[in-house]
Amino acid sequence: MVVNIGFKQKRTSNKTLPPGQYETHDFPVLSKGPTPMVDTNDWSLKVSGLVEQPLHWDWESFSKLPNMEVTKDIHCVTKWSKLDTKWTGVSLDVIMKLVNPKNSATHILAFSSDGYSTNLPRIDISDGKAWIATAYDGAEIPPEHGGPVRLLIPHLYFWKSAKWLDEIKFVDHDEPGFWETRGYHMYGDPWKEQRYTHD
Amino acid sequence: MTEWQPATLIETYKIASDVASLTFRLQEWTAHVPGQHYSIKLTSPNGYSAQRDYSVASSPEQGGKVEFGVKYLEGGEVSPYLHTMKIGQQVELRGPLGGHFTWNTSMQGPLVLVGGGTGVVPLVSMIRHLMRHIDTESTREVILLGSFKSVDYILYHDELEDYAQKHKNFKLIFTLTRETPPWWNGYRSRINRDILKEVFGHLKDQSPLSYVCGPTAFVESVASGLVSLGFDTLSIKTERFG
Repeated sequence: MVVNIGFKQKRTSNKTLPPGQYETHDFPVLSKGPTPMVDTNDWSLKVSGLVEQPLHWDWESFSKLPNMEVTKDIHCVTKWSKLDTKWTGVSLDVIMKLVNPKNSATHILAFSSDGYSTNLPRIDISDGKAWIATAYDGAEIPPEHGGPVRLLIPHLYFWKSAKWLDEIKFVDHDEPGFWETRGYHMYGDPWKEQRYTHD
Repeated sequence: MTEWQPATLIETYKIASDVASLTFRLQEWTAHVPGQHYSIKLTSPNGYSAQRDYSVASSPEQGGKVEFGVKYLEGGEVSPYLHTMKIGQQVELRGPLGGHFTWNTSMQGPLVLVGGGTGVVPLVSMIRHLMRHIDTESTREVILLGSFKSVDYILYHDELEDYAQKHKNFKLIFTLTRETPPWWNGYRSRINRDILKEVFGHLKDQSPLSYVCGPTAFVESVASGLVSLGFDTLSIKTERFG
């Protein structure tokens, strides 16, 4: 290990952060390309794959699903963490109750309207760990942060919380998504610092 | 190579008013793809450590070492330390990392590069790589549009001007957003749709590859501007910071 004489800690946080993270009060934007402008009139969400009841919603029908408010810390693989972020969303438990995934469905792939995708184990979207968010901090989610609708899976690095969500597909295997095929970790647990493929 | 390793500072100099170039020698060096970054880790004597990501400025042809362009952030934790480092001192590095905002000469099409401030750094790596292959690259149209506060803030200014002289199809265009000297003949405003159209409009139907890097608001504006000109969304790669 290299020790940097003269280097001092300047950033502090009231909470313990995952290793290698620092707290920011901004909300940095990381996206692979231009921000897509998704109008709620054009938005829809499809849940497909290994489910007993494939379903899709438009904005109006999705707004009728029971939602809840959650306050969560989020952790980006680029090292920033933002604490106590407030979201409104529909729990994935609600969605799964409606579509009834088959026993063989072990994972999901989440897709975005800009061609982005990411993979998640089914267990990580179950039991109150994941939401389909439709509001941030009491207002519409800004387009650059994934509005109108994005995933919220705060216990994993934030690239797993796909922006501009338009499809969730249940599958029987773990298949890498956009960043996972470009050197990033298949699972992405910030507390184990699983940033890159072999971490 | 994605394990942490010690790296020794072998060269440092100022490349713009608030930006230092730092070149480190690595024991386990892996050629990067231009546009990739490294993580830098600093550890204090009491064991506290901080990590930040920095884009590579050097070309992959420059083996065994890697150069970064680091902006001094007032009150920052890592950049002020990096700016005071002396030759021979060490940090820990991990990389090269990132597999999307990347370009090399095997990729076809004109190259559209738009950078704001230190957002130009990964684009400089691409241009240096291009210049190493000028014999086979002389027909590719490459345009760098750089946005800076004033002349003193232009990164790698002389080197880039030199490349523009040597490569007849590499165009270098700057805009200054705050202060322009009387002799300035570049643009004098933030990049807007009109500027993008004037500089890049003719490339729209030639399947260009676009790379946009800089502060978030800058990237949002430039990327949506290119989309509005009819550039294919999937051909525009972005990297936002700040």
